[in-house]
Amino acid sequence: MNVRLYLWQRITAAIMAPLVFVHIAVIFYVTRQGMTAADILSRTHGSVAWASFYGIFVAAAAIHASIGVRNVLSEWSPLSERHAGQLAIAFGLLLAALGFHAIVALVLT
Amino acid sequence: MTGTQAELSVSLWRGAQDGRYETYVVPQRQSQTVLDVVTFVQRHIDPTLSYRFACRVGVCGSCAMTVNGRPRWTCRTHVAKVAAGGRIEIGPLQNLPVIKDLATDMQAFFAKWQEAKGVFAPSQTRQDPIAQIRPDTRARAAADAAIECINCGVCYAACDTVRWNPNYLGPAALTRAWTLVNDERDAGNAARLQAVAANGGCHACHSHQSCQELCPQTLNPTASIASLKRRTAAAYLKGEITP
Repeated sequence: MNVRLYLWQRITAAIMAPLVFVHIAVIFYVTRQGMTAADILSRTHGSVAWASFYGIFVAAAAIHASIGVRNVLSEWSPLSERHAGQLAIAFGLLLAALGFHAIVALVLT
Repeated sequence: MTGTQAELSVSLWRGAQDGRYETYVVPQRQSQTVLDVVTFVQRHIDPTLSYRFACRVGVCGSCAMTVNGRPRWTCRTHVAKVAAGGRIEIGPLQNLPVIKDLATDMQAFFAKWQEAKGVFAPSQTRQDPIAQIRPDTRARAAADAAIECINCGVCYAACDTVRWNPNYLGPAALTRAWTLVNDERDAGNAARLQAVAANGGCHACHSHQSCQELCPQTLNPTASIASLKRRTAAAYLKGEITP
């Protein structure tokens, strides 16, 4: 961990904090309204707002989590810092790919 | 506690890194310190026992050992406080290589002080007049808060991050760096902030706070490190340092 990674992790945490609250509120709203998948998709289809909301969320989560995984790997595994960093980048890219794939499905279908 | 009839069962680490604990019986005495117990074993039972001490009064910081799993100054630890059931386990400080018995190799600990630029960098010469330092400034108060560190290594031995990350500079070196960052007579802050912002620097700290819990001087290295994190983050954002 150095100052650059530290700042990225703190800034992405600050971005995610309000987004998590909105995300949880949406989950409660959807379940209490008894909405089906078709109901949800009809509201999110073509929505720039939901695409932006979850796009920022996915990008922040991928950066934040991969820095954390890098720390865990470098401290708790025999991997060198370089290899831990490479694995963490791969993990972050996987998270981003899965997240953006879900957003595409949510907004474009 | 009175008399000399009671006995202590004392387990002492013997050998180097691959050593083992051996048990000795030592008479229990009034106002006895853990250092007294170790000294008794060396003088009356086994003169080959190796350990380190100097002042015996909590000034030099050289007698730190692991007592019942916690790093402590043995000269300032009374047996009555730690010997539950008349038993004590005394080992070398953790996170440092064992030379022999209770003596550790502290070279890495002191090398990290140098690495963290924990050395005063004078901004004036001896020909200049003595600097007038106001004691009530915020910076001086921050410097004073941690200036009583005597390099005993207790915080370093207590630190989980040091255990997991051999490159981590550790609480003592970073606390020293923070003290100097706030010393208005010092001219070495550019290099110091750069050093403590790199991999293994202050940002590696997990804020577990074992250092501040166990520091015999009741200093708070966690707070100093947190301040260093903020100061280096600001310096990075201003482009003054690069990771």
